[in-house]
Amino acid sequence: MISLEHVLVVGALLFSIGLFIALSRRNAVGVLMGIELMLNSVNLNLIGFARFVEAPRPIDGQVFAVFVITVAAAEAAVALALAVAVYRLRQTIDVDRLNLLKW
Amino acid sequence: MLYLRRLRDIIHNRGDPVLDEFGRIGILLLFALLFPSLPLMISYLFRLLRIRPEAPDPVKMDTYECGVETEGDSWVQFNFRYYLVALIFVVFDVEVVFLYSWAVAFPDLLLVAYIEALTFIGILAIGYIYAWRKKALEWR
Amino acid sequence: MTVAEVVFYLLALLSVIAAVGVVTVPNVVHAALFLILSLLGVAGFYILLSSEFLALVQVLIYGGAVATIILFGLMLTGGRDLPAVGPGAQWPLALLVSGALVVLLLTAVLNTTWPRDAGEMTLISINTLGSVLFREWLLPFELASLVLLVALIGAVVISSQEERES
Repeated sequence: MISLEHVLVVGALLFSIGLFIALSRRNAVGVLMGIELMLNSVNLNLIGFARFVEAPRPIDGQVFAVFVITVAAAEAAVALALAVAVYRLRQTIDVDRLNLLKW
Repeated sequence: MLYLRRLRDIIHNRGDPVLDEFGRIGILLLFALLFPSLPLMISYLFRLLRIRPEAPDPVKMDTYECGVETEGDSWVQFNFRYYLVALIFVVFDVEVVFLYSWAVAFPDLLLVAYIEALTFIGILAIGYIYAWRKKALEWR
Repeated sequence: MTVAEVVFYLLALLSVIAAVGVVTVPNVVHAALFLILSLLGVAGFYILLSSEFLALVQVLIYGGAVATIILFGLMLTGGRDLPAVGPGAQWPLALLVSGALVVLLLTAVLNTTWPRDAGEMTLISINTLGSVLFREWLLPFELASLVLLVALIGAVVISSQEERES
C-alpha cells in the first residue's frame, strides 16, 4: 500500500533536483525548467496530503494544485517573454553574462 | 488463457477503484509504447543473429530519406512572431481547463455558474482584444 | 506488493530519472524533452492519488502549453550558441545546497509520524471538483482570470516593444 511517506519522498527528490537545475544551469530557460520541476513537486505534496490525511474538505488540496498550475503557466509565459526580450537586446541569455547590475 | 484471466483479475479485482478505471488506459499506453518500438528491437535482434545484413549508408540517415534534401541544420533561429501566438495559446489553454470543469459541473450550478464563466471569459477577452489591438496577431 | 505499489515505483523511477536527465544532458532541448517526460510521470502520480482532474490539467497545461513555450523559448534564443548550457561554474555549490536540502527533507519526512490514512481510495470526479471550485472558490477563480490577463498583456508588451521602435 502506498503511504504518504512514499509521495513525500518522491516530492523531496524532485524538489531537490529542481533546485539543483535552477542553481546550476546557466541558460535562463534552463533555470525556468528547474523552477517548473520544483512547482510540480510542491503540487505532488499537496495532492499527497489531500489524498492521505483525513480532512473536513478533502477537495481543497486539489483546488490549490489547480491554482498553482495556473499561476505556473502564467509565470512561464512571462518569464519566457522576458528571456526572449533579453536575448533580442543582448544576444545572450547566459545568466552569468547578464551582470549589468553587478558591482 | 489462464494468464490473461489472471492479468484481468489483477487489473480489476484488487479493490483499487483508481487502477480499475485507469488500468485500461495503462494497457493502451503500454501497447502504444510497445507497438512502434517492437519492430526496431526485432530488427536489432536480427542483426545480432546475422539474419539481417548491415549496410550503413549516409542516405539512410537522412531526415527524409525519400523527400527533399534538407538544407542547413534544424537549429535555425525561428521567427520571433511565432512566440506571441504560442503565448496566447498558453493563456487560452489554461482557460480551457477551467471551462472544462465548469462545463462538467454545470448541471449542479446553472445560472450562477453561467454568470461566473461569463465574467471569466470577459476578463480574458480584454487581454485578447488588447493583443489584437496591439497587432500582436498580425504577421509583419 | 500490490499493483498500485508497482505502478507507483515505476512512476517514481520514471519521473526521478527523467529529472536527473534534465540536469545531465548537455543539449538544452533534450533537457526540455526530459522535463516533459518527468512532468508526465507526475501526471501518473495524480491518477494514482485519485485525482483525475489534476492529471488532466497536468497533461493539458504542462504537456501542452508549458512544453510548447519552453521549446519555443529555446528555439528563439538560439540555445546552441550558448557554450555553457550544462552546469555552470557554481555547480559544486549548487550540489551542496540541494544535497543538504534532500538530506534534511528526507530525515524530516521519515522521522515524522504522519496522520494515518484517510481510508478508502475514491476517485474524486471532475464533477465534484467543479462544483466546489465554482461555489467556494469563486473569488480565487475570478482572480485566476485576472492573473492570466496580466500575464497575457505583460508578455505581449514585453515581446512586441522593440518591434515598434524599429
